[in-house]
Amino acid sequence: MSLDPINLAAFLGMALVTYLTRIAGLALVGRLNLSARAQAAFDAIPPAVLIAVIAPSALATGWPETVAALVCGLAAMRLPLLGVVAVGVATVVALRMVA
Amino acid sequence: MSWKDEARAGLNDIWPAALAAVPIGLLFGALAAGKGLSPLEVFLMSVLVFAGGAQFAAVELWASPAPIFALVFSTALINARHILMSASIAPKLKGFSKAQIFGGLYYMADENWALAEKRARSHPVTPAYWFAMVVPFVLGWLTTSTTGAIIGAALGDPKRYGADFAFTALFIALTAAFWKGRVTAWTVAAAGIASALAYKLAGPPWHVLAGALCGLAAAWIAAGDLAETPVESPAE
Repeated sequence: MSLDPINLAAFLGMALVTYLTRIAGLALVGRLNLSARAQAAFDAIPPAVLIAVIAPSALATGWPETVAALVCGLAAMRLPLLGVVAVGVATVVALRMVA
Repeated sequence: MSWKDEARAGLNDIWPAALAAVPIGLLFGALAAGKGLSPLEVFLMSVLVFAGGAQFAAVELWASPAPIFALVFSTALINARHILMSASIAPKLKGFSKAQIFGGLYYMADENWALAEKRARSHPVTPAYWFAMVVPFVLGWLTTSTTGAIIGAALGDPKRYGADFAFTALFIALTAAFWKGRVTAWTVAAAGIASALAYKLAGPPWHVLAGALCGLAAAWIAAGDLAETPVESPAE
């Protein structure tokens, strides 16, 4: 099992900045006096972040991925989490065979 | 609710996400091994950093010797969203000691954070709930990413099984849990388009930042008619 000291330094640097982002929000709590509008923007953080992370995979990969993402969106209205994942994976595999 | 009920609720909520993350972890380990990282190094990166998106981007950038500045910068950009996420979840964590907050947030990831936000809409988020959700999720990521690095190439092309798409499908399903009608629709549209465009034009990791900020801006604009009594006059 090899461990390169430069790699370890990189891991530690990555871990440090990641942890800082995870606790930085604590400094913001209580300092924000939110209007109704700002509250709506704040409530939009979860969907905005989740979609921003996956948009390249869903929209900028190919039509099978885009169609499968739309199918997931429809499935998400009815199915539980794992059901949506199963439908999405099955759809993308089927469409990639055609593409 | 007793702490046992809280812990059970946490386990019940996390297992589908943990299962969906299995192929992602294997895939990550296999890709990292392809860049020359040893299983021990993959394990250390996962246990220290524990951020799927940032770890995938890092493996994409990996070279020998490791470009430390580029790796840290990319990680900071991709994880900048955690600042907003922790600001949003922190006030909803009930009955946490200081140590539990600072320890618990070390392993805050999109999935367990999103589930805790969802929980907070109907229940207080207790330490038992949080740690019951976080610990198995972390153990799963450590096990699968390290295993992926060991079996590496033997897995074959993960695209054949659609494993690479599990992450996307999971996030779409999680988004649905936050649906609040029109404002969310605008948020999702703006975040998706801005992220995809930034990905095409500037490349990763800028898409996360661009998408998240445009999504928030869209929510702000779409919610304009909600604010009958503007407390603060927006400068924009």
